[in-house]
Amino acid sequence: MSEPRELLIEAKVENLPAVNEFVASLLEPLNCPVKVQLQLDLVVEEIFVNIASYAYGDSVGKALLRGRTYDNPQSLELSFIDEGIPYNPLQREAPDPDTPLLDRELGGWGIFLVKKNVDNISYEYKDGKNILTIRKNIIMQENEN
Amino acid sequence: MEIKKELNGTALTLFLSGRLDAVTAPDLDKVVQNDLTGITDLTLDFSELVYVASAGLRVLLLAQKRMKKQGSMKLTHVSEDVKDVLDMTGFIDFLTIEE
Repeated sequence: MSEPRELLIEAKVENLPAVNEFVASLLEPLNCPVKVQLQLDLVVEEIFVNIASYAYGDSVGKALLRGRTYDNPQSLELSFIDEGIPYNPLQREAPDPDTPLLDRELGGWGIFLVKKNVDNISYEYKDGKNILTIRKNIIMQENEN
Repeated sequence: MEIKKELNGTALTLFLSGRLDAVTAPDLDKVVQNDLTGITDLTLDFSELVYVASAGLRVLLLAQKRMKKQGSMKLTHVSEDVKDVLDMTGFIDFLTIEE
């Protein structure tokens, strides 16, 4: 288990590249396959953009990312912490991938993609903070969905 | 992300390169809002596109809905990683994807 590393950043969509860079730096020692890295980018983007878009209403607040890596199996654990409106994204009803084009809603796909691309995800609200934690195995899976 | 446009009569091809994410999706949205008047064939060439997130899917959905009314739209040269995202979300079922 590595020491946790943190990034405290203003929760603004424009800061997404800096967030991606932080996650890439956590993955650097792991020899992470490109496919897994892209999946993680997707997960990180959807969670961070959600915080940037909704957590603080019209004002700007901060997001804290805390990441550490584990061995056996090699995996990355990332927590997204904000002090915005209490919100558990895991309770949001998932959109149905079978919905036809014309009935499709524009939103809701972010958290759907997050759930599809992590090995574990949990949410808690503690001391005025939303804490969403994901765990992603770094190994290549033979039979991915 | 970079967007190059090629107009041939009423056929428009957009060459996208880089990442279609929450930061760059508004650029494509602008093209969809402003440049599709009179277009009957829209091609999105994804040869150089490495990544798509839900903000990008949203714009693809808007483009597809619009082109359904006025012509047709297709995606070409879609990478496996991008295809995975289209597949997971079921977007692949109503998008036309050509090699």
